[in-house]
Amino acid sequence: MEKDNFAQFSGSEDYVTSEPLRNAVNVSIALGRPLLIRGEAGTGKTLLAHSIAKGLEKKLITWNVKSTTKAQEGLYVYDTVQRLNDSRFGDKNVSDIKQYIKLGKMGQAFIAPEKVVLLIDEVDKADIEFPNDLLNELDEMSFYIPETNETVSAIHRPITVITSNAEKELPDAFLRRCIFHYIEFPTPELMEEIVRVHFPDIKDSLLSEALKSFYKLRDVDDFRKKPSTSELIDWIRALIAGGIPHENVSKQMPFIGTLLKKESDYDFFVNNFVSRRR
Amino acid sequence: MFTDFFYILRQNKVPVSLVEWMTLMEALAKGHIKNLDDFYFLARAILVKSEAYYDQYDVAFQQYFQGVEAPEEIAGQVLDWLKDPLNRLFLNEEERAKFEGMDFDELIKELEERLKEQTEQHDGGGHWIGRGGTSPFGHSGYHPAGIRIGGQSGGRHAVQIAAERRFKNYRSDLTLDVRQIGMALKKLRQLRRTGLEDELDLEGTIKATAKNAGDLDFIWQRSRKNTVKLLLLMDVGGSMEPFAKLCSQLFSAAHSSTHFRDFQYYYFHNCIYDYLYQDVERVDAVSTLHLLHTLESDYKVLLVGDARMGPWELTERYGAINYYERNEIPGILWLKRIRDHFSHSVWLNPDDPRFWIHPTVQIIGKLFPMYSLTLGGLEQAVGKLVVAK
Repeated sequence: MEKDNFAQFSGSEDYVTSEPLRNAVNVSIALGRPLLIRGEAGTGKTLLAHSIAKGLEKKLITWNVKSTTKAQEGLYVYDTVQRLNDSRFGDKNVSDIKQYIKLGKMGQAFIAPEKVVLLIDEVDKADIEFPNDLLNELDEMSFYIPETNETVSAIHRPITVITSNAEKELPDAFLRRCIFHYIEFPTPELMEEIVRVHFPDIKDSLLSEALKSFYKLRDVDDFRKKPSTSELIDWIRALIAGGIPHENVSKQMPFIGTLLKKESDYDFFVNNFVSRRR
Repeated sequence: MFTDFFYILRQNKVPVSLVEWMTLMEALAKGHIKNLDDFYFLARAILVKSEAYYDQYDVAFQQYFQGVEAPEEIAGQVLDWLKDPLNRLFLNEEERAKFEGMDFDELIKELEERLKEQTEQHDGGGHWIGRGGTSPFGHSGYHPAGIRIGGQSGGRHAVQIAAERRFKNYRSDLTLDVRQIGMALKKLRQLRRTGLEDELDLEGTIKATAKNAGDLDFIWQRSRKNTVKLLLLMDVGGSMEPFAKLCSQLFSAAHSSTHFRDFQYYYFHNCIYDYLYQDVERVDAVSTLHLLHTLESDYKVLLVGDARMGPWELTERYGAINYYERNEIPGILWLKRIRDHFSHSVWLNPDDPRFWIHPTVQIIGKLFPMYSLTLGGLEQAVGKLVVAK
């Protein structure tokens, strides 16, 4: 298979990765096993799949999991209502069940003529049994449709990326089949690199001031929701757009609303940071 | 290969299964590992499935690989050393005879032998692998035969990364933040169908519609709601001071959990007597008896405290730490009343379980199932609260 070129994935130009993460991605590609990504909100779990797709020039198929999502929906849906409707009013041949079988995201990834990246986003949102229902499909990369007596099997094993926010614990049997990586919060050095990817011509003084303030806020344990990478990017965008003098950034902390999203955090900030200075 | 590592991981309570181990072997067989660093991350990605175990993994990795570098590198060093004839000048007659009689494989074997015999880090000396010795293996020795194993060879190597133990804070036997406590509390639920019939019963609707010869007949049902009511009783002040932050995290997690049908909280100092308090300063008092009368017995009770106090505070009349409380009934009887009234109650102790040998902790531990206030302990406690009795 792909054993000839192990180090396939090396990040893409708009996404900075750490070495362990690159390794995990490559291991999962080489072994053909799903990669389970966990990490704080806003550390770029979903973006990773986009980056893999871009870096390897593959098509990305995204399956957004919601609390009501059933495993079956990812495989295929048998549109019985349409068939019932057609049987009464339509002119189609309703005995051809095939036309009422609609493949879900996973099914689409299986039948794709070339290797694709399949992103199963926020797998823990769904019911606790959801991952278990997909065990066999992820293992064998094939599933059976009883209605048409067909087996859909993957032409090329898709590169599967699964993200989780740890809202629910995932079943052990599921975990055993995955490659796992926890995205740590970036160090200031890595963060600098990340910011530069988004803002190639950012001024050094602004960058260092913004990062200094940002990590100071991160150090405060009393926030309910600590600001994360995506918030920092938003904040810097706001700072650039607002044309704030760089030396004022750490002193005034303008546009703090882009960093702190909870009212209680905002109150805490105002009480502890703003009043002290006055 | 590395089978001992598997067992060391299991000893360190990392839940590794054979399936994962075989996957690792498969990955190794594909030959993607160039050095120990690669191995560290590869094995972690395959074997460890939660950041909660990263720290235990680091500990196990350190135990297993302490002072050892990847075999290829050792082999290379041995080879280099042997190739350099200058090195042999430094050997004495006996050693030279010994080493010259050995071919490369034997030397490696000898190295492995000694690695196996040796169980701890070793500095100096003439036989063991270690630092600064005259053994042919080790590093920083004046003996040229010192085949350098480990030591400062540029770049951070995996054992050092493991030694850093950056993931200590992710262990599940340590407490983390509000969100995680909230997650643990989420398990505290019992779903029951209550309220108005406002949810479509799909199964029923289909059946009724079919019976109705295809004309739609909607069937409604009550939606499932959490019926758990939570009563949180917290010890504040005095010996609880060091745990104030932890307790406030627990409190904010419980408070922000919207899924309880009812949530009530009261404070006490050291032990519960005639009154409980609605504020931390213990001014707004509520009679404990009143609470016992007004709260149904199906409230789940979480008591939080270190349970450490003078024995008299627990067992004596007028034993309360606050002199003016003048309790006629000793604290232990109050605690018993609470336990007997409510069907489910647990005690969360933020103190290190090593200190639970204190007499009053022991007594209270007999009254209530006691768990430590860590994520693991909280999960156990929640489990205890939802079991059917």
